[in-house]
Amino acid sequence: MNTSAGTTARLLGAGLRALLVLTALCGVLYPLAVTGAAQAFFPGRANGSEVTSDGEVVGSRLVGQRYDLPTADGQETPEPDLRWFQPRPSNGLGSNGVNTRYSLLLSGATNLSADNGELVDQVTEAKEAVVRDNSVPGHPVDPADVPADAVTSSASGLDPHISPEYARLQVRRVAAHDDLPVERVAQLVREHTEGRILGFVGEPRVNVLALNTALRELLEPAATP
Amino acid sequence: MSPVLAGALQVLALVAALALAYRPLGDHMARVYSSTKHLRVEKWIYKAIGADPATEMRWPAYLRGVLAFSAMGVLFLYALQRFQGALPGSLGFASIDPDQAFNTAASFVANTNWQSYYGEQAMGHVVQTGGLAVQNFVSAAVGMAVAVALVRGFTRSRTGELGNFWTDLVRGTVRILLPLSVVGALVLVATGVIQNFSGIHEVGQFDGGGRQWNGGAVASQEVIKVLGTNGGGYFNANSAHPFENPNGLSNLFEVFLILVIPFALTRTFGRMAGSLKQGYAILAAMASLWLGFTALMMWTEFAHHGPAFEIAGGAMEGKETRFGIAGSSVFAVATTLTSTGAVNSFHSSYTGFGGGITMLGMQLGEIAPGGVGSGLYGMLVMAVLAVFVAGLMVGRTPEYLGKKIGAREIKFAACYILVTPALVLCFTAAATALPTPADSTANPGAHGFSEILYAYTSGANNNGSAFAGLNADTQWFNTTIGIAMLLGRFLPMVFVLALAGSLARQSPVPATAGTLGTHRPLFSGLLVGTVLVVTGLTYFPALALGPLAEGLAS
Repeated sequence: MNTSAGTTARLLGAGLRALLVLTALCGVLYPLAVTGAAQAFFPGRANGSEVTSDGEVVGSRLVGQRYDLPTADGQETPEPDLRWFQPRPSNGLGSNGVNTRYSLLLSGATNLSADNGELVDQVTEAKEAVVRDNSVPGHPVDPADVPADAVTSSASGLDPHISPEYARLQVRRVAAHDDLPVERVAQLVREHTEGRILGFVGEPRVNVLALNTALRELLEPAATP
Repeated sequence: MSPVLAGALQVLALVAALALAYRPLGDHMARVYSSTKHLRVEKWIYKAIGADPATEMRWPAYLRGVLAFSAMGVLFLYALQRFQGALPGSLGFASIDPDQAFNTAASFVANTNWQSYYGEQAMGHVVQTGGLAVQNFVSAAVGMAVAVALVRGFTRSRTGELGNFWTDLVRGTVRILLPLSVVGALVLVATGVIQNFSGIHEVGQFDGGGRQWNGGAVASQEVIKVLGTNGGGYFNANSAHPFENPNGLSNLFEVFLILVIPFALTRTFGRMAGSLKQGYAILAAMASLWLGFTALMMWTEFAHHGPAFEIAGGAMEGKETRFGIAGSSVFAVATTLTSTGAVNSFHSSYTGFGGGITMLGMQLGEIAPGGVGSGLYGMLVMAVLAVFVAGLMVGRTPEYLGKKIGAREIKFAACYILVTPALVLCFTAAATALPTPADSTANPGAHGFSEILYAYTSGANNNGSAFAGLNADTQWFNTTIGIAMLLGRFLPMVFVLALAGSLARQSPVPATAGTLGTHRPLFSGLLVGTVLVVTGLTYFPALALGPLAEGLAS
């Protein structure tokens, strides 16, 4: 009995030592080496692909943002600021539940199923809003032209892109709100439309932050002297 | 180009890349596990462990090594989380509650990576990088070690010896996983995955305000998360988060990393068994299931049946624009047919049938191509069952790779096959029958039942993905899923190693005219049939209540 207890203790000791050595290797040396190489070769990407405009950081090229009007007193959900291109809905984005001392950038999906009435309502309302917001006099939006990404929440809630179809749908509205020629805004969208990588990988898309940043630079040319 | 065609081309590109890596990686792994030489760094590690790398172990000793190492892993990871609040480098995050800490520790040691916590708001640098990412390496290396031990059981004769666990563990980590991870992590950073230790910091926003970002060693953890078929994301949104998976190319690369070792291990198997064709037969069975599931998934997701998707005009809920339907479907199938469980889109918002395909993928036992190591040993156990079935048909004693499959062997194989379904179905039944667990579901009706079935399927099969509407951070789910993950990982390993020990003791029987050619396409077909029949008979009633009911109604 004593020997078997001793054997077990020796075995567990070996297990612990193996774990500690491998932790030093895979949990300390490896991440430090990769971080060093990443910071040396790809500093911009390793630190979050920040976008600057007019000398100020305006976010990450990879992370979606909201472009809303300030909320009025007692208003719970902010209204979209229609001067800017609007991103996809993000109804599944969580709120800080664990560490309330921070206001962290969180990620998340709705996880609602296709037959859930709640999702049916969300999609129906989003579609009505897209049609309403983007219809300009003389150019009503046909509900059949609203692409799926405009009315569904993304997986991360931080989707930085919209489909080129949804970007084009917003052109007339943005032009009307910003007092710009429609063709100029349409050209901006064309410039910011990315095709599939190598022609077949991923999907065509428009980066909303890049597009809105370019739009703002068009509206407020060079604030700096 | 139509999205469907682009999707098909992406699958083709994936097949080409996997085919290119198959021979060199498979042969490299065979050399690693057969070599008699030790690297200098390995000698230091053996000295630190206090193990003699040349000692041969019989199956009970090999198993004791697996269990002792894994038990220390659970304890260490549990302690790390419980003391997080007091550790430096934890970003000020609090210690994790006991039930969630147990669940997470069990989850990462069992190569499952089920997560009932929100990565970006719960775990600091020390736990993520020093704890969770380490288990991503070593739990994968343990899986490969057990698979190699089973292969040695087939190839060795009149001995009970299966190799040395410590040697296999260390070599798998140092010579296979680490070098691939260093290269892969840098490729991911080049596509935009972050890699820094900036912690929580403020970043300016378009409207002039700021947001707090949680920066960390993401790329170094992301690569082993997929390469080791682990799946635990740094962030809550997992591989859907732009910092974990920034574009279509990183997406395809991550799918490649998920599949590359499990597929290449069939080459390792063929090489070690002395007949590459035996490996190809297993590969053919795995690959046909994987391609078939991928095609089915693309079909149902592009067809987007279901009330909400018909109004929206596409099944884009819970999917990212940069991946689209095709990139999401390919990832979802790869992650559930292996034991990965990383997600780039949320399976709960797939079509009814799409959700069913992800569940069925796991219920096959994750063998097409399966987890690193666990996929190969799972498929070899099914191969043992397939030759047994074939033997019954013609009335001969079945043989596989020159070893007789007798009563003892088939008992171990049967026990292996019964473990996970028993865990899945019993826990699902209990959770459905009891009053409180069902309160955790987010969706009504059949989909609510699917959330619970998915949770235990994912846990017991060591997948880790979720129908994430389920609020799994309750004492009930943390505890029961934790138990399901540990039993679902280590009980099958007991039977695999016992089977390996039993095979290694036998003398080889010479092949005769009546021996079933297990290197032929006919056997691959028989193997696929056996897998589908066993899984279908086991899970059909449960699937009918969940995803099938939902899919047929829409």
